[in-house]
Amino acid sequence: MHKQGRRRFLTACFSIVTILLLWRVIDLQVLNNETLKLHGEERSVRVVTIPAHRGAIVDRNHEPLAISTPVASVWAVPREALAAEAHLPKLAAMLGQETPALRQLLKERTSRDFMYLKRQISPQEAEKIRSAGVPGVYLQQEYKRYYPAADVTAHIIGFTTVDDTGQEGLELAYDDWLSGTPGQKRVLQDARGRVVADIESIQTVQSGKELVLSIDQRIQYLAHRELKRAISEHQASSGSLVMLDSTTGEVLAMVGQPAYNPNDRNDLKSEYYRNRAVTDVFEPGSTMKPFTVAAALMSGVFTTESIVETGPGYFYINGHKIEDIHNYGRLDLLNIIRKSSNVGASKLALAMGPELLWNMCTSLGFGQNTMSGFPGESPGLINNYRNWSELELATVAFGHGLAVTNLQLAQAYATLAADGLLRPISFVKVEGPVDGQQVIPADVVGLVKVMLESVTNDGGTGQLAAVKGYRVGGKTGTARKLIAGDYVRNRHVSLFAGIAPLSNPRLAMVVTIDDPRGGAYYGGEVAAPVFANVMKGALRILDIMPDNLPGEDSAAIMAQSAAAMEPAAQ
Amino acid sequence: MGNQSLPQRMHIDLPLILGLLALCSLGLVILYSASGMDRDVVFNQGGKIALAFGLMLLFAQIPPAQLARWSLWVYLAGVVLLVAVLIAGDVSKGARRWLDLGIVRFQPSELMKLAVPMFAAWYISERSIPPGIASTVAVCALVLVPVLLIGKQPDLGTALLVGVAGFTVLFVAGISWRLLGGLALGAALSSPVVWYFMNDYQHKRVFTFLDPEQDPLGAGYHIIQSMIAIGSGGLYGKGWLNGTQSHLEFLPERSTDFIFSVYCEEFGFMGVLLLCGLYLFVIGRGLYLALNAQEAYGRLLGAGLVLTFFVYIFVNMGMVMGQLPVVGVPLPLISQGGTALVTLMTGFGMLMSIHSHRRLLSG
Repeated sequence: MHKQGRRRFLTACFSIVTILLLWRVIDLQVLNNETLKLHGEERSVRVVTIPAHRGAIVDRNHEPLAISTPVASVWAVPREALAAEAHLPKLAAMLGQETPALRQLLKERTSRDFMYLKRQISPQEAEKIRSAGVPGVYLQQEYKRYYPAADVTAHIIGFTTVDDTGQEGLELAYDDWLSGTPGQKRVLQDARGRVVADIESIQTVQSGKELVLSIDQRIQYLAHRELKRAISEHQASSGSLVMLDSTTGEVLAMVGQPAYNPNDRNDLKSEYYRNRAVTDVFEPGSTMKPFTVAAALMSGVFTTESIVETGPGYFYINGHKIEDIHNYGRLDLLNIIRKSSNVGASKLALAMGPELLWNMCTSLGFGQNTMSGFPGESPGLINNYRNWSELELATVAFGHGLAVTNLQLAQAYATLAADGLLRPISFVKVEGPVDGQQVIPADVVGLVKVMLESVTNDGGTGQLAAVKGYRVGGKTGTARKLIAGDYVRNRHVSLFAGIAPLSNPRLAMVVTIDDPRGGAYYGGEVAAPVFANVMKGALRILDIMPDNLPGEDSAAIMAQSAAAMEPAAQ
Repeated sequence: MGNQSLPQRMHIDLPLILGLLALCSLGLVILYSASGMDRDVVFNQGGKIALAFGLMLLFAQIPPAQLARWSLWVYLAGVVLLVAVLIAGDVSKGARRWLDLGIVRFQPSELMKLAVPMFAAWYISERSIPPGIASTVAVCALVLVPVLLIGKQPDLGTALLVGVAGFTVLFVAGISWRLLGGLALGAALSSPVVWYFMNDYQHKRVFTFLDPEQDPLGAGYHIIQSMIAIGSGGLYGKGWLNGTQSHLEFLPERSTDFIFSVYCEEFGFMGVLLLCGLYLFVIGRGLYLALNAQEAYGRLLGAGLVLTFFVYIFVNMGMVMGQLPVVGVPLPLISQGGTALVTLMTGFGMLMSIHSHRRLLSG
């Protein structure tokens, strides 16, 4: 009896416990099966992105300027790597580290399941590490952007982030084009995040497209070298150079100084990233004068025969002195350009009134974005003519009181080269003819070109810009630097803007050298030689026929140009 | 003697040995999967199973009367060894459990799983049955000594099992309900004291058990992963070698304490029914053998061993299913490892001896 009760109690306990256990199994496996399965998949099934190969950037002749190369990153599960103590010296050697330092590094991170040991190593190094088979050490496939031309194309190309998206320059502007579509696949991964198996492909990877730039790498190199040399020679703080193909609006070369090496950006100041040719503005100074003269010719008030009295080399507006370097006396329009007379240009502007000059500036694109699409482009600055004082009208005539970018000025000179057709700027290679907008009548441009040529000939301010065998037209500029709202006496921006070959212009170029402090500062001394060297090389590289070989009668050409002026003068 | 069958002559119980073999075989099958298809692990475990069966057969030959004579000495030796472990034992995984005897490394606490029920059965069977207050208190005290020594190592799981082994003997011996109630009350009242003596990590396990979501990446991680693995097995399981949660290493200790989760994920609820069926068969057969013993010593020892086996299973399953704190008890006969296996099989050997020798005596 006593025994029976005890056995029953035992059986009851036994049964209750067994039923509880089985009920729990049913609870988990049957009632909560779906939820727990989902939790499990949340842990083990992942959608991973397969990086798309970023398209290459090449120059107009398909020379590579930015390419993506496969690299690998080494990562480790610190706990596992530490457990394989015997492998550590070998691993350290392959990573180029000291064994104790590596061990220390791993020890500090034992609580984590992931740490990078070394990023972006070459496929050869990666293979070595793979074949060594160190436990707890894994490789991850990535792409690294490499820029073969390094600092030569740094400003224009820009660079990408670690995630392979554009961060600066054309890498940013054309990011959609270059980056393609990353693929996606569903994978099974283990507790350490290692992919164990592919389950299905959700989206196939599509590589980015190649971007063919308008840049000619050969000219780009030359421009880079010459600008860099001039900047160090004249102890300037910075500078930029833009060369356009005036027949298409394509940018053939665009360089800035100081530059940087995009392949090694470890200790770099962000100010170096700026593409000064499009982001920095300056007062164009005397390089503005050809447009003042063009506006004067277009006004009908002046012809090439018109004479302007510039003596005694200065005059006053509301107590402000406008002056030339010398007293040039009576000047016609050509000599206003050739001698670069501020007084002459001012008097032209005062005679024609503000609206015509402002129209000229805005039709050339001053004060507006060029729509080139380059990130961070500055529109420059020009006040509305309705708010101009007489003084402002007079100073704008010789390029003070407005600000432009190098690219804007180059586009304006390309318009002169293209017989008054303003063409859109293009950083990518253009096939076929490009339409432009006639902003200056072709006959007026013809007259201005003659004046520009006189600048590089005997008696002009830009003789150093001349290129043997070619007719070159251009204009020097020396703008006083505006520091904290005041023009400073001996701080300057030296400029040269010009076009070549004048008989059938193809190239327009602007050289800007900021704050030369080596003694010389006139545009004709500092910027003109850079222009000449780069233009000479570009003309040869592009195989452009010389138009000024000895024996040719330049007087005849001048007469021809003079005849073309008649309709404008009426 | 001539009409005795071979199993009878070898003092073994055929149904029980078939049940044990089935369980061990199932264990090897699931171990192959849980070890990540490592043949070496399976062969190694197979060797341990063979050794354990050998020991079982050996102990089946020892008459219960002999075991009874050894009980006190085994118990005393065990206590001495436990003290030695606390003084000079090897530390492994933060606990001092092993005694290095030069040739073999040995866990005296494991010996106690047998020594305590042997001792309790002997002590009670030498006196009046059912035990009076005096012998109940004496047995309780003498069981508590090794339990506390093991808990100090610390090894909560083994301490629990050793305690259970001792008290089940007491229960089967038929202590009065009033005494039992008094013991339960005493246990309840002493729990704050036990809590005080527990280590921080043991406290943490209890907290984790109460609310695993509280620290899903830390201590609660094991339990949550285990429940996910079990639950995702569903009715029919994902199939052998196809358990993703276990094979992708989300599951901790998957070839030892948490092997039940691997089993559940791959074989589902149907597999669980099969496993539980086998266990129930072994337990049922074991109880039958024990309760049919004629001598009090054999009946008490046998019932104590079988009930300990049951508690073993209950604690492990409850632990991996998140119903009991994680105390580090393997799933008997299935989990990888030889120590617990050897103890269990030795116990089953004693059980067979109790039964087969009874027949010899009565015949």
